[in-house]
Amino acid sequence: MLSRACLRGFGLQSLPKRQAYQLARRSVTTDAASSHAEKEDVPDHDEEPFPVKLHDESFETYMLDPPPYTLNTTKKEMKQMYIDMVQTRRMEMAADRLYKEKKIRGFLHLATGQEAVSTGIEHAITKADAIITAYRCHGFALMRGGTVKSIIGELLGHREGIAHGKGGSMHMFAPNFYGGNGIVGAQVPVGTGIAFAHKYTGSKTATITLYGDGASNQGQVFESFNMAKLWNLPVLFGCENNKYGMGTSAARSSALTEYYKRGQYIPGLKVNGMDVLAVKAAVQYGKQYTADDKGPLVIEYVTYRYGGHSMSDPGTTYRTREEIQRMRSTNDPIAGLKSKILDWGVCTEDELKAIDKKAREDVDAEVAEAEKMAPPEPTPKILYEDVYIRGSEPPFLRGRTPDETYYYQ
Amino acid sequence: MSVSRLIRPASRLLSQRSAIPSSIRPSLRRVAPVSVPVIRGYASEAKQTFTVRDALHEALSEELEANEKVFILGEEVAQYNGAYKVTKGLLDRFGPKRVIDTPITESGFCGLAVGAALAGLNPVCEFMTWNFAMQAIDQIINSAAKTHYMSGGIQPCPIVFRGPNGFAAGVAAQHSQDYSAWYGSIPGLKVVAPYSAEDAKGLLKAAIRDPNPVVVLENELLYGQAFPMSAEAQRNDFVIPFGKAKIERPGKDLTIVTLSRCVGLSLDAAEQLKKKYGVEAEVINLRSIKPMDVEAIIKSVKKTGHLLAVESGFPSFGVSSEILALGCEYAFDYFQAPPARVTGAEVPTPYAAKLEEMAFPQVETITNYAAKLLRV
Repeated sequence: MLSRACLRGFGLQSLPKRQAYQLARRSVTTDAASSHAEKEDVPDHDEEPFPVKLHDESFETYMLDPPPYTLNTTKKEMKQMYIDMVQTRRMEMAADRLYKEKKIRGFLHLATGQEAVSTGIEHAITKADAIITAYRCHGFALMRGGTVKSIIGELLGHREGIAHGKGGSMHMFAPNFYGGNGIVGAQVPVGTGIAFAHKYTGSKTATITLYGDGASNQGQVFESFNMAKLWNLPVLFGCENNKYGMGTSAARSSALTEYYKRGQYIPGLKVNGMDVLAVKAAVQYGKQYTADDKGPLVIEYVTYRYGGHSMSDPGTTYRTREEIQRMRSTNDPIAGLKSKILDWGVCTEDELKAIDKKAREDVDAEVAEAEKMAPPEPTPKILYEDVYIRGSEPPFLRGRTPDETYYYQ
Repeated sequence: MSVSRLIRPASRLLSQRSAIPSSIRPSLRRVAPVSVPVIRGYASEAKQTFTVRDALHEALSEELEANEKVFILGEEVAQYNGAYKVTKGLLDRFGPKRVIDTPITESGFCGLAVGAALAGLNPVCEFMTWNFAMQAIDQIINSAAKTHYMSGGIQPCPIVFRGPNGFAAGVAAQHSQDYSAWYGSIPGLKVVAPYSAEDAKGLLKAAIRDPNPVVVLENELLYGQAFPMSAEAQRNDFVIPFGKAKIERPGKDLTIVTLSRCVGLSLDAAEQLKKKYGVEAEVINLRSIKPMDVEAIIKSVKKTGHLLAVESGFPSFGVSSEILALGCEYAFDYFQAPPARVTGAEVPTPYAAKLEEMAFPQVETITNYAAKLLRV
């Protein structure tokens, strides 16, 4: 009823028509290998651009002209995308192992299956653009310049971890990467504020503010939509729709599951989040949209998480094993890009095997190094450092007992 | 309220300095925001008094002037000139880029301010009252206070959250809560509660310049109160360091530790104690709740042997509980009587005037309980 009233209110269509529309409409594909390029278009030179034709079911739009269905890429970029996704997955798998070996504490949320989102976004933006996301953040931290060693080091609670062992899995920061936020939905106004700061200082950069399909129902998401549109902020809201908010499917939590339309007065774009090239095309288009001062967009990345919500969730009570198996075997973003690389002759199978091998070995080597790193010394100096900006601390902070009170000078 | 009581502490400061010509405050004159009462005749040294509202206004305009990255946002701060007129005239002077009216969505605009701070700006986020900030408390605590620590020290959050805190007159339960204890308990935050005009200006300016998230708990009932301001405090480089309490009235028999509006009540009570019982109470204005000036409290207790904490928050787990606990931990051997506290009553604030009066400390409440504590 609610969605019906809303739709009426905005003059889209009455319910009977809408139902008809829904029956007829096509959803975006989640085929990871849906893009097409003519083999003869693919140049010899690694950095020479060539056109890729995206599948005509790559996007759906809401009050928005669709992005171009042709994307220019290079062989070098495709190989880099492949390396990025392979490394992200390899890193997540290492985390999975380390957790099961009881070396990682607390919560651990892995993004296996969702690699095309973090990789595709990074390839569409510059280092001056900003990203903020929720707790499923390792891939983004890696893309933003964190090293495998520092990320795994953080998961292991080591001193040389990306947050010096203070943040753990959910709190990772890097230049223009604002975390890694553990409270569902709270990062959305914060990301809007980052975009506000960019506009305030006159930079033409975009802020990618990500949240999940579960968080999309949070009130503060709508508060952010309102301010972003009202003040025309350069923010690309991004709903990573992996179909389940923890164990609650989108349909069981959301009155309207077309998350790209939930900006109501903000144009929306739904993209095949399993195809890294489509993701890049969408975000590139969005970035230009904000740079042209057209304000915010809501982008929905249709993706899938292979694992459970966190390590304690086998991920099979609320969905079928067949569903997971089908996504893994037919829609995998890495396998999809791999087949395109080979089909289009971006490189030979042997070259790709070598790339693959090296990417995995690099990750494995860094994971091994991370495992060897030391945890923070359990000293008061380290416990109390960085509660406040250095030099601006109070004279002392209390410990568990008065005689444990720590004095900064 | 007796004006002479308000004049006394600051007049000591004033007597040490010659009056500074008003030209050093171009900011105030250019806007002429709120009338600056020039009160003569009741205190020879005090040339000028400022209301707390004027002082806050001056702090904001000076800091907006000094730093391009400072901006203020909140409900009705711009065109409406502020729900309590603290931001009056700032829109005209600094324009809509720096003085921003927000929708009535605390969680959203507070989170937006936090994001702007993470990205390098220095926002001043005004809550129409702190009661409404409960909608945004997650952003203040989880997004602002904890980020620097949990990022391993790489992501600062230089932001000020401010607005009126505690009860006002006849606004009943949902608009009358005191949040000092709530914010005072959070590592990573600094929390201040100004009493006088000098406190208000010096603490707010220090808050805006501080690289950490700072919560400024003002008091609506104090906004219109005039206090003398020293020449030093009228300068645009005046700041009050955090973590330093101010002895508003020296004494040798009893230490009253208090904050915000209760400082005024406690000063009146101290006067009563002197008149009725010949008791000299020392009144300590905390100014800063976090960090708290434990040293000043303990030093005073060592002198007086008696501790009374006075606040208007709910009694359980409050600021006064903390003060008593600190007193017991650090000065137990100096107590000549058990430390005591006067707090708000454990009831949601009632509307009817006489009931409201019973819910918060009054001068008599403090005087009588102090007398009981001292057995006079």
